[in-house]
Amino acid sequence: MANAHAHAHAAVHHEPKRYTGLMDWLTTVDHKKIGILYLIAGGFFFLIGGLEAILIRTQLMYPDQKIFVGDTFNQLTTMHGTTMIFFAAMPLLFAFMNAVVPLQIGARDVAFPFVNALGFWLFFAGGVLMNTSWFLGGAPDAGWTAYAPLSSIIDPDGKFHGVDFYVLGLQIAGIGTLIGGINFLVTIINMRAPGMTFMRMPLFTWTVFVTSILITFAFPAITVALIELMFDRLFHGAFFEASRGGNNVLWEHLFWIFGHPEVYILIMPAFGIISEVVSTFSKKRLFGYSSMVFATVLIGFLSFMVWVHHMFTTGIGAVGNSIFAIATMAIAVPTGVKIFNWLFTLWGGNIRFTVANLFATAFIPTFVMGGVTGVMLAVPAADFQYHDTYFVVAHFHYVIVGGLILSVFAGLYYWWPKMFGRMLSEGLGKVHFWLFFIGFHLTFFPQHFLGLMGLPRRYFTYMPGFGLETGNFISTIGAFLQGLGMIVFLINIIVTARKQKDAGNDPWDGFTLEWTIPSPAPEYNFKQTPLVRGLDAFWKEKMAGNKEMTPAEPIGPIHMPSPSILPFVMSLGLFISGYGFIYHHYIVSGAGLVITIISMFLRSLFDDHGWHIEPEELEEHKGGKA
Amino acid sequence: MAQTHGVAALPAEPEKATLEGKNKLLAFWTFLGAECVLFGCLFATFMALRNQVPDGPTAQELFDLKTVGWSTFLLLTSSLTSVFAIMNMHKGKHGATQLWLAVTVLLGLGFLILEIDEFTHYVHEGHKFTSSAFGTSFYTLVGCHGAHVTFGIIWITTLILQGFKKGLTVVTAPKYYVAALYWHFVDLVWVFIFTVVYLMGKVGH
Repeated sequence: MANAHAHAHAAVHHEPKRYTGLMDWLTTVDHKKIGILYLIAGGFFFLIGGLEAILIRTQLMYPDQKIFVGDTFNQLTTMHGTTMIFFAAMPLLFAFMNAVVPLQIGARDVAFPFVNALGFWLFFAGGVLMNTSWFLGGAPDAGWTAYAPLSSIIDPDGKFHGVDFYVLGLQIAGIGTLIGGINFLVTIINMRAPGMTFMRMPLFTWTVFVTSILITFAFPAITVALIELMFDRLFHGAFFEASRGGNNVLWEHLFWIFGHPEVYILIMPAFGIISEVVSTFSKKRLFGYSSMVFATVLIGFLSFMVWVHHMFTTGIGAVGNSIFAIATMAIAVPTGVKIFNWLFTLWGGNIRFTVANLFATAFIPTFVMGGVTGVMLAVPAADFQYHDTYFVVAHFHYVIVGGLILSVFAGLYYWWPKMFGRMLSEGLGKVHFWLFFIGFHLTFFPQHFLGLMGLPRRYFTYMPGFGLETGNFISTIGAFLQGLGMIVFLINIIVTARKQKDAGNDPWDGFTLEWTIPSPAPEYNFKQTPLVRGLDAFWKEKMAGNKEMTPAEPIGPIHMPSPSILPFVMSLGLFISGYGFIYHHYIVSGAGLVITIISMFLRSLFDDHGWHIEPEELEEHKGGKA
Repeated sequence: MAQTHGVAALPAEPEKATLEGKNKLLAFWTFLGAECVLFGCLFATFMALRNQVPDGPTAQELFDLKTVGWSTFLLLTSSLTSVFAIMNMHKGKHGATQLWLAVTVLLGLGFLILEIDEFTHYVHEGHKFTSSAFGTSFYTLVGCHGAHVTFGIIWITTLILQGFKKGLTVVTAPKYYVAALYWHFVDLVWVFIFTVVYLMGKVGH
């Protein structure tokens, strides 16, 4: 008792460690700042991956070109795929998860702010490690799927370490993603405001919840796959080496047991964003909320049952292929439920075509096209024809760019005011939308036909006279248009950043809790935890004639976690250790691991009692805002 | 005296008394779910490759159930002693908690010594990490478990040491509890290793 009192006492009078400038960003444990870090880092890798795509399309613009051939081209496609999936799409989603989920459930932070920061820095360390390979002898070149035994080939001269960068970069980033997933799972289960039952959670939070479950149970599979590839490459193991009894199909299984849930990890939060945007800008509550939740959970469950559809041509046999084909087609049902729910939400609504809603409504038909080709690919007999052709490339770009990236843009235009306190320019946004949307379809629509005509994916050239010229040319022009769209978006960001803060609490007339607090949200999010009285909590209050939420607690001191440099140092340790493994300098690896372990000791030994924001400070803050 | 005073005020289940504690427990259960997938994949790999022995002794020629039986005995007993530690923690007896955790660590160390000895023996017999897919998958699966035991030993030792300074509070209780959960999980994995690797290696083909 005396002990607990002493702690509380110490915490109240403890001067918070306040850092400014760079140190503030390196030590922050605030989910809103971590969200911005994810956005900046993910956006940066998105630009790198996009640049690689443009180089790929430049090489393929005309037949028989020799700009990027052989190894260089392989490195470009490998790095484009890996960067986009792991270092662009994932962090962009984590940016939204961080920026939005705690606000939507009425929480003051995530369950583990320290772990949240650690997750970001691990992802960033992995991404940087992998991309430095460009300057250190060459990037990974075995495809983003890194199939063994191609990926287990070791350069006899020891100069080229490409796949080692892939293995260690993904391993480090993967730990970050795993702990991020666990963190959001616990946050959503334990940190909801009073009255926020599961079936009152906004759909974006629901999708993040299911995505977090998928992350938790899918990422360990790639951890094992990468460990095995690492042991084969670095320590002369025999997992994938047939001459010593190894089996390279093992890699395919492990990779896709992770890899298929991974694509649902990516698309789930996108579904959530679309649900929020479509209903807000139709001025209607989401049609069929409970069926939406059911469909989300069902898709999450089925996503673990379909990995073999990536391996139809591997030779599993007719029975295995059939089972996985049917399971794959079954996913079309809950996905169709979602599509119709969005359409019925729009139906009869008071639709506003803001840029966010343009992206969201463009998402619906685009994603349907990707889904239809997905069902086509699910038929094993047909897949033998499509496999490893541009038809597959077209399919997954329709679901990932047409699905995920369009919804990421919808989410950015929608939540930008809440993240930064400023509204993105709608005018520039429309230019961005049309350039990107038209460019996207120009790039990928012709690729369906190129694939059906037999153009294999990952080839660095094609010959003239086979009818492949026009499609490839149009595709490259489309890629340039998407690049132009991105430049307009960057200009929009710069223009927006230079103007005064102009966003009110609720610029879009929203339904959910994040719109009840100032933009950007104060450090403590909610001065008083809100009382949730129904689904679409804020809409409910608005309908009852209330301007703000009813508080669930009196105003009091708010407990905050202390900032810490340890997450950064832990990640730095693993980053250093990664280079040690790549170059077989195990002393360096050991030193890096020691840095990480010492940081873990420090974290365990010195408990963080945090600090308090006093009620007087809260009033000040509010006065300043209003 | 200060200690008894603190203990008297502790709630019945100190590990769940604070939101932080509850979060930690739920997160750790989730993490163990992820660990199940991790070991599941390693087991699947081992099952696929365990009969792939182009060079070197097979599982049947190699394994000696007597040594492995002693390892099993040590590790399962250590699971029991960690239960005693948590039971004492719930009664508020900090000293006994620390003591039983120390016994757990010692038994874990004993297991580790037997395992290192066993591995050395195998290497002399020609069963090496690089010799066959069986060797690679064996050392990866069993070694990953051994690494978990090692980490658990270091972790629980750290907790015992900080326990002397911090005592039993609502901050330290979740740490003890979670470490005990981890230790049970590691023991449970060993039960599967004993069955799948050793027993099936001896009798199953």
